[in-house]
Amino acid sequence: MIAVRNMAFYIGLIISITALTSYPAQAAIESFEFDNAQQEQTFYELTKLLRCPKCQNQNIADSNAELAKDLRNKAYQLVKQGQTKEQVVDYMVTRFGNFVRYDPPLTPATIFLWLGPLLFVMGGVFILVKQVKTQTGKKQALAPQEKQKLASLLAQHDRDSER
Amino acid sequence: MLPEIGQFSLILACVLSLLQTVYPLYGVQTGHQGAIRSAKMFTILQFIAVASSFVILAYLFLINDFSVTYIATNSNSALPWYYRLSAVWGAHEGSLLLWVFLLATWSIAVALMSRNLPVESIARVLAVLGLLAFGFYLFVILTSNPFERTLPYFPIDGRDLNPLLQDFGLVIHPPMLYMGYVGFSVAFAFAIAALLEGRLDSAWAKWSRPWTMAAWMFLTVGIALGSWWAYYELGWGGWWFWDPVENASFMPWLAGTALIHSLAVSEKRGVFKSWTVLLALSAFSLSLLGTFLVRSGVLVSVHAFASDPTRGLFILGFLILVIGGALLLYAVQASKVKSRGRYELASRESLLLLNNIFLIAALIVVLLGTLLPLVHKEIGLGSISIGEPFFNRMFTILIVPFALFLGVGSLFRWKRQKLGELVKPLLAILLLSIASSLTFLFVFAPALTWLAMLGAFLGFWIIVSVVYEIYLRSTHRHRFISGITKLGNSHWAMSLGHLGLAVMIIGITMTQNYSIEKDVKLATGEHITFEHYDFHFDQINALNGENYVGTVGTFSVTHDQQQVAVMHAEKRIYTVQRMPMTEAAIDAGFIRDLYIAMGEQLPDGAWAVRIYYKPFIRWIWLGPLIMAFAGLLMICDKRYRTKKPALIEPKHNSGEQNA
Amino acid sequence: MLNKRRILMLLVPFVIFIIGAIFLATPLLKGSDPSKLESALIGQPVPKFTLQDIFNQNKQYNADIFKGQKMLLNVWATWCPTCYAEHTYLNKLANQGLYIVGMNYKDDRQKAIRWLKELHNPYQISLFDKSGLLGLDLGVYGAPETFLIDSQGIIRYRHVGDLNEQVWNDKLSAIYEEMQ
Repeated sequence: MIAVRNMAFYIGLIISITALTSYPAQAAIESFEFDNAQQEQTFYELTKLLRCPKCQNQNIADSNAELAKDLRNKAYQLVKQGQTKEQVVDYMVTRFGNFVRYDPPLTPATIFLWLGPLLFVMGGVFILVKQVKTQTGKKQALAPQEKQKLASLLAQHDRDSER
Repeated sequence: MLPEIGQFSLILACVLSLLQTVYPLYGVQTGHQGAIRSAKMFTILQFIAVASSFVILAYLFLINDFSVTYIATNSNSALPWYYRLSAVWGAHEGSLLLWVFLLATWSIAVALMSRNLPVESIARVLAVLGLLAFGFYLFVILTSNPFERTLPYFPIDGRDLNPLLQDFGLVIHPPMLYMGYVGFSVAFAFAIAALLEGRLDSAWAKWSRPWTMAAWMFLTVGIALGSWWAYYELGWGGWWFWDPVENASFMPWLAGTALIHSLAVSEKRGVFKSWTVLLALSAFSLSLLGTFLVRSGVLVSVHAFASDPTRGLFILGFLILVIGGALLLYAVQASKVKSRGRYELASRESLLLLNNIFLIAALIVVLLGTLLPLVHKEIGLGSISIGEPFFNRMFTILIVPFALFLGVGSLFRWKRQKLGELVKPLLAILLLSIASSLTFLFVFAPALTWLAMLGAFLGFWIIVSVVYEIYLRSTHRHRFISGITKLGNSHWAMSLGHLGLAVMIIGITMTQNYSIEKDVKLATGEHITFEHYDFHFDQINALNGENYVGTVGTFSVTHDQQQVAVMHAEKRIYTVQRMPMTEAAIDAGFIRDLYIAMGEQLPDGAWAVRIYYKPFIRWIWLGPLIMAFAGLLMICDKRYRTKKPALIEPKHNSGEQNA
Repeated sequence: MLNKRRILMLLVPFVIFIIGAIFLATPLLKGSDPSKLESALIGQPVPKFTLQDIFNQNKQYNADIFKGQKMLLNVWATWCPTCYAEHTYLNKLANQGLYIVGMNYKDDRQKAIRWLKELHNPYQISLFDKSGLLGLDLGVYGAPETFLIDSQGIIRYRHVGDLNEQVWNDKLSAIYEEMQ
């Protein structure tokens, strides 16, 4: 971004126009042939799992970019050679980094992807239970006749609220 | 001259919005009645000013005034008139003008339709809405002025609207979505006003509820439209991509869904009030966050607007003031709120709160999944991507307890439910839903998978329990037939809304598990067969549209030798922007879609063709439409149209007071 | 006391929001581009390859050319407008005595030779990667890219996009000076 500023303005313009036209308007459609259904399935899953590093946010199945095409072809070759899904993903990650896979690896930061929601659910349930307990605690502190009165009021309300 | 008038009325609206904030608040503070009542007047004036500005921009688009930069870059004289009109919100500047226009629309609706509310309260609400509008006006005027001129040298013709946006779906998708985003500002304003006033009571929940529901309804329709549009327009055949921009709309929806349920409890039972307020603040805050993410360029997304750090910083500053201020106010004021209602662990309150927890857990999944890549890179751990595999896995896990609790939730009584009473009905529901889901899959699915069985079971679990609940309520005191007519709108709304979700779950389950996607090489005269469907490639022809050229492939489709459809899949090149587009051919059906998209022509003259068979994909959008309709039903409930000021606490609180 | 604890608890959303806002603000203030990726090969040797010289089909190179001195590896192509923009600066760096290896990426040989003749050749060695094989192994995702490689043939840094005076002075020169 900063770099373009120093260069001739029209070059920046060309870049921005090419960037605009690379908008994902067109699906990438090719036909590949496989030895068996298992390979086809692996390849299909891979093209959905691998991200095109050049494009905006697209997997290599959907992108029509040159690089996505290259990666599809490479993935196709590797699958044809009999490599597993994990092997192909590793192949791509050693070259393009973790950015290339849509399923992030476990790192000190990504652990929160799983921990965050889990902790929230646990905390939420804990607070709910605690709140209910303090309430019932208060209720038991009532005198017997108050309790009775409350019970009848509650019962009456239950009937009301069913309407 | 006209563009200048448009800009002037925008500035006028900006000034009026500031007055709408300051003067009524001064009135509330000092008890000056005139100042309090001025809120309504300023709101109306502000609306008129921004509406004229909006109409002027639309008119300038219609008359092809390319001396306006925004029009020159986003329109073209060859563009059909209706797309020229929708091009008003086709890019950043105009879509923001739509945003402020809709904000003014919601404000004026609040001003005119809240005669039953105390004037002070309504003055506070309008003042908060005015402040929000003021921030956005400043943003439009200072960083994104749609009326900027290209003068003195203006182009003879425009650069055209992005061909992707030349589509009916995109004519209505942004207004719907923005109605939702902006609509949450009303719930936000009600919450802030209540916090300022220090009275968070059932009346507050009752006032906010229809507004929140209306906003939620628009957002639901808006998101569903977006998903549908992506499906037929992008040529990928997918319906959701977990792109940051989609997530940006999904997050306020999740918060809003939690909010409408929590509001119901707060209104009926006077509990969870501080939680409900937090949700009201969050729903709109997440809308703002979405705006920031889409327009600042901090994230890599398929459909982000042209990114600009200045704009990003401006929105971020505004975000910090509005959300930070609101959350601070919340911390101070909500601590004074006392919950008076009592409920046990086995009660409808608990189950509703539990499902709120799951909804917010889902929200956290989306929020972290969207923002963590940013943090990950910033703290030096490198770039990562978080996409479909992660989100799908998390949502598959979360939907299970959510759907189970949702089904039984409405069977539970308020306050206290004896679990023993529910054992028999729950067993019956369980057996019935297993039986019906298996039957369903035997009829419609080619094979059984565990995930499909789980999904179908959850869908039918909800359906069966909803039906059982309706039966139970209507036979409670009457015969079934007369009882069912006595159920209120709200009750039908709840049942329908839940059925909508069930329909959607079934749609997603079927589409995700049984779709067939084939990328094949076909020459004219050749055919391919799968799932009893035979696709015959008849011919290929040249195509000449109003502002595009291209080719069209014709396919005839037969199912067990019977003609089903003749489909025309197009490849277009839009002449002005030289942009190629895939216009997929879709044969839509209630239980399946057939989908054909043309690829490239191969060296040997054959074509790469993508053919999809998508079972039940329509249900994915039918579900949200049912949910939105349910929302409409609830708004029409007669208790929201009472003429009497709702100042008295609802009667059931008296129980606790007496005790 | 109870109220204070309650306020503290209710402050949690505010605190979370502020932390989030800081993370949103930093990339904006730093002006970092989210589409720019760091290389996965930092700290690793240049991958093995055999490529032709761009001027001479019979001359072949392998990864050994990256050993012996620190250098720049510039990935470029004639179809890339930004490469055109940075070419002048590459010439300037070459004149200052920097050792630069060029890798012509997925391009037409004749066009590339003409380009180098017309715009001056800043490269000590010019590799011709027609199929993009080395490009793929290097994780190239868009020309131009510039790798900083030390005398052991280890990749130390990758810059994606335009290489110009500002980028060089702000970031790359320091890394270059530090390399062995």
